[in-house]
Amino acid sequence: MTTKLVVGLDGLSSGERALDYACSLARLIGDCELVVVYIIEWSPYSFQTPEENAERHKRREEEISTAKKRVVEPAVEGLAKAGLTARGVVRHGNVADTLNAISQELGADQIVVARSRESSLSRRIFGSSTANLVMEATIPVTVVG
Amino acid sequence: MRTMQTRLLSTAAAMVVASSAVAQDAMTLDQKVNETFASLTGPFVNLIFAPFPGTAFPWIVMWLVVAATIFTLYFGFVQFRFFGHSIALVKGDYSDPDDAGEVSHFQALATALSGTVGLGNIAGVAVAVGIGGPGATFWMILAGLLGMASKFTECTLGVKYRNEYPDGTVSGGPMYYISKGFSELGLPGGKFLAVLFSVFCILGALGGGNMFQANQAHAQISGIVGDYPGWITGIVFAAVVFLVIVGGVKSIARVTEKVVPFMGILYVGAALVIILVNYDKIGWAFGQIFAGAFTGLGVAGGMVGALIQGFKRAAFSNEAGVGSAAIAHSAVRTKEPITEGFVSLLEPLIDTVVICTMTALVITISGQLVSDPATGKYLLDGGHIATVDGNTGVALTSAAFGSAIGWFPYVLAVAVILFAFSTMISWSYYGLKAWTYLFGEGKTTELVFKLIFCAFVVIGAAASLGPVIDFSDAAIFAMAVVNIFALYFLMKIVRKELASYSERLASGEIRKFSH
Repeated sequence: MTTKLVVGLDGLSSGERALDYACSLARLIGDCELVVVYIIEWSPYSFQTPEENAERHKRREEEISTAKKRVVEPAVEGLAKAGLTARGVVRHGNVADTLNAISQELGADQIVVARSRESSLSRRIFGSSTANLVMEATIPVTVVG
Repeated sequence: MRTMQTRLLSTAAAMVVASSAVAQDAMTLDQKVNETFASLTGPFVNLIFAPFPGTAFPWIVMWLVVAATIFTLYFGFVQFRFFGHSIALVKGDYSDPDDAGEVSHFQALATALSGTVGLGNIAGVAVAVGIGGPGATFWMILAGLLGMASKFTECTLGVKYRNEYPDGTVSGGPMYYISKGFSELGLPGGKFLAVLFSVFCILGALGGGNMFQANQAHAQISGIVGDYPGWITGIVFAAVVFLVIVGGVKSIARVTEKVVPFMGILYVGAALVIILVNYDKIGWAFGQIFAGAFTGLGVAGGMVGALIQGFKRAAFSNEAGVGSAAIAHSAVRTKEPITEGFVSLLEPLIDTVVICTMTALVITISGQLVSDPATGKYLLDGGHIATVDGNTGVALTSAAFGSAIGWFPYVLAVAVILFAFSTMISWSYYGLKAWTYLFGEGKTTELVFKLIFCAFVVIGAAASLGPVIDFSDAAIFAMAVVNIFALYFLMKIVRKELASYSERLASGEIRKFSH
């Protein structure tokens, strides 16, 4: 049976580290599929002006295509070049919740993420996305330092 | 044709800007602005508020209440039957995870609410209770509950017939559903009604959505720092509005949108504290509300006076049947237009039944309204009930809160300014949508409207409450005349949607997504 690994990217060097680790893990496993995921932080309970609402669909498309072009596609291409099976997913939502939800939907065996680099203030208030993921995840999570 | 139109528009804007500039030079100006304004708007106001022959009952109030009652009956008390479902929709239970990142039901509701929750809830209620007595509250609540059905009807249509442009942006509202819906049903006159609605919507945006807000914000500030000319407040407000809508300084709007909900919660929280501290008076206050609703308790116009004030202020506050909310709600992402109708029916509930009632209770409990100890009836001072310090409008609400929590008028002042500002931003958008419907989309036409909008901020702050509130009410109600007339023809479309949706909901075809 193919093992599925979900790799959470953040568009920064920490995401690259997670990707590198997942890559070597996949080689060790052998029959393995990598799913590269980028979550655009978004809440359905935020407050917006009427104008922002009217343009929301357009902005969403732009956000998704930027994320695909800049983060996900280069990562998937890199993995494919390295001879691994890989695909990409971009979705809006809370990073921890959505990463876990996608992993569940896909029936993934493990999530690989890197330690997040949020500012110390927001981390103190809301906790980091990585810490939240570790606490809430329903499947094993590997955190790369 | 197009250039001529643009030239005409620019000239009109230049005249408005110039006239307000001239007005700024003269120092007796608040008075002058006031007089000119009252005489210019008088005939329009009189037409909208014309009473039924031989009575004092304005036909427009009946128009709104009858419509709300008809929609309530026609849709079989949809506001109560689908109340639980509405809450589930707002919570996102039925939202497809694949649509994450689109405008959610919650966001559409919050945006529409920040356009309606505002001075209507604070100042408008004070006006209603000040003229119609506590009994006006009863009629206000009733109008709020019935109005939920009007809101449901118009917002369902707003989403169903919105325009979706190739670039992904959307425009919706009564002008779109009237013209498209009428042609779908093969009815004539849709285009004419849509144009008429747009004209009134622009006036409503300049009146209730702008001048009334500027006026009451000024009243609130001058109540705290002392009296000073209104045009000063007007200029400052106009400058900030200009920065946001013309300068595109989105950060100001974003901050406002985030602070306003918390101000709303703070306001309701403070009202609850005052009501709970005076728990021994709650029974008495409700007694006053019920007794006043049917007897008037000596209020000018008696029971009818209380009823008119209650209905009027409810409609002005929650805008059910007016059509403005349909513009705000139409941006939501949903496969079922009717779901936004369900969500929107919560708006009059939160706005009128909860927040307005809080204000009315605080004013009643605070004892600001002076009554005759011998008869228990209210003493009249001119056309309204005498108050302890002679306050009316927002100053009355402020005094009522201040009598219980000494420092609250300062918080209220900030809340009023923010509410006024967020309502202005919302209405500048509604007005703009109507304007672009009439004159076409384009940078120049949009700029002309935005400049006119800013000029009216100054006029609104300088004029006195009477003429401003009359014109604001008249313009907003004029929107309702056209909108409700069209809704009577279009409501069968909504009923079809409702029947199909309830069937699929019952059969389990529409079900919750597991999150």
